[in-house]
Amino acid sequence: MNHRHSTLVLLLAALTVLFAACERPRPLVEQRGYRGLGIEENRNPRTLARQVAANAPPAVIPALPAGDAPRAADVYQNVQVLRDLSLPEFTRVMLAITAWVAPPDQSCGYCHEGEMSADTRYTKRVARRMLSMVRDVNSHWQSHVGATGVTCYTCHRGQPVPAEVWFTGVPAVPHGLLGDRAGQNAPALAAGMSSLPTDPLTPFLVEGRSIRVGSATALPTGDRHSIKETEWTYAFMMNISQSLGVNCTYCHNSRAFRDWDQSNPARAKAWYGIQMARTLNHDYLLPLADTFPANRKGPAGDVAKIGCATCHQGVYKPLFGEQMAKEYPELQGDRTPPPAPAAEPAPAAAATASTR
Amino acid sequence: MAMLSFERKYRVRGGTLVGGDLFDFWVGPFYVGFFGVTTLFFALLGVGLLVWGAALGPTWNLWQISIAPPDLKYGLGLAPLRDGGIWQLVTICALGAFTSWALREVEICRKLGIGLHVPIAFSFAILAYFTLVVLRPLLLGAWGHGFPYGIFSHLDWVSNVGYQYLHFHYNPAHMLAVSFFFTTALALALHGGVILSAVNPKKGGTVKAAEHENTYFRDTIGYSIGALGIHRFGLFLALSAVFWSAVCILISGPFWTRGWPEWWTWWLDLPVWR
Repeated sequence: MNHRHSTLVLLLAALTVLFAACERPRPLVEQRGYRGLGIEENRNPRTLARQVAANAPPAVIPALPAGDAPRAADVYQNVQVLRDLSLPEFTRVMLAITAWVAPPDQSCGYCHEGEMSADTRYTKRVARRMLSMVRDVNSHWQSHVGATGVTCYTCHRGQPVPAEVWFTGVPAVPHGLLGDRAGQNAPALAAGMSSLPTDPLTPFLVEGRSIRVGSATALPTGDRHSIKETEWTYAFMMNISQSLGVNCTYCHNSRAFRDWDQSNPARAKAWYGIQMARTLNHDYLLPLADTFPANRKGPAGDVAKIGCATCHQGVYKPLFGEQMAKEYPELQGDRTPPPAPAAEPAPAAAATASTR
Repeated sequence: MAMLSFERKYRVRGGTLVGGDLFDFWVGPFYVGFFGVTTLFFALLGVGLLVWGAALGPTWNLWQISIAPPDLKYGLGLAPLRDGGIWQLVTICALGAFTSWALREVEICRKLGIGLHVPIAFSFAILAYFTLVVLRPLLLGAWGHGFPYGIFSHLDWVSNVGYQYLHFHYNPAHMLAVSFFFTTALALALHGGVILSAVNPKKGGTVKAAEHENTYFRDTIGYSIGALGIHRFGLFLALSAVFWSAVCILISGPFWTRGWPEWWTWWLDLPVWR
């Protein structure tokens, strides 16, 4: 083989590697901005078909005839959250949780042990908080979930632990001066496999750090954001992109990321989503630190937390926007009429109200 | 226009590809030829269309004038003039003008009996443009994937298309292209520097030649590619930069829809260390 041939073979090998790892045309492209601006979503039709199949909501669990049924709280002991539901409605929610969350081989026993009202299993105590959370989201976070709402299934998808929860990353122990990667410079799953910070979620979805690092002026005029903060923001944005299966232009015009006037309306939805995920982590997940057993916690001993992927699971709207929650008015929020002004609120009602 | 004494010697007949003797003449210093005429035709028509498009648009600010391609909904069909049709005509004119210019270069090369290196090199630039406004749109199924003709607007397009793939610096072909662009600049600076240092001495100094140039690089890096080699190498570097630029945008979309960082999972998944 002469010199020219070996060059050609090398070039062909390089091109083969390049394209073997790629996809084939033609992608589905959706224009989401003015023509020629490059504000577009690219989707592989084969991947999309798989996603559509995997994100179909389960069959609706039929509502049981209500009639003059008593309230579940008057029949069962220790009902703390679903006090406003009638017995058939309550039963329907229990059936739903069994179908959407509990492992099939354990069924009711996944949460209930012996006496149904007992709180001995941690799973029951967690489930109670999660029911409050679902009702909280559906009644107070329409700014993000709109009319679509959420159910247990939105996150759980038939699994006792949702596939897309996250834990605080454990920083690698540096070996001497050269081993410290400063929490980045390794392929970060949470940041779309880039070398950006490996845990971009803790700063924003727990700590509530400043996310808006873009300067409003061309020249430095007092913006004190550091490179690290900027990389956190970019890594977090990559995380949102991966979680929703969209690119940066879904929300932003990249010529001015910071400018709301040039952004797509989806950015406002996402802004509320960030506030929602952080609030839910603080109100519902972090307080469960003493409830979860060690085997359900992350490597740093922290509880599983909510991120964008927890509901979205790679799709721009969870379950492709299927309005599953409206089939379940039981999950829409507490329907207990507010107590009369003079009367002392019942302790249980107070407990429900404080979940927000 | 004055002609240098030796220039007449090179103003020879023939070498034309099209048109025979009809356009085989010079206007001042410029060789015309059939392709000079077509270059002028396409260039004037294209610029005229751009001015018309600007007149239809909202601004005469040179930075902000933009002649945008059609909406994606028009696919590979013709769009109304105001809605991207002008862009389509300008694209035809641009390709006509660029190709004519390359063929005019070929005719001049043939007249002079020299190689076709310059027109071939220029063809790479045309190829890059052709990739952006024809090849990639064809693969994606709509002319609307071309870039808009405007100083700021084409930069917005570049930025947004880059961010469609989250982090364009992870595009392997973009990596190669950027490396070749930088290396081209480095090689040109080294070559320009060493030539000036040898042939442009201080007043009263001696002009030096290849011996000194080669020795300089042998002393510094142990090897000199030589007087002919450096030009081959420079052309290779520059053309590689353009070639991989074209590849890097061609694979973005038609052959990859996700973030470029994710593309590298094939490396992470190699059985050696996964």
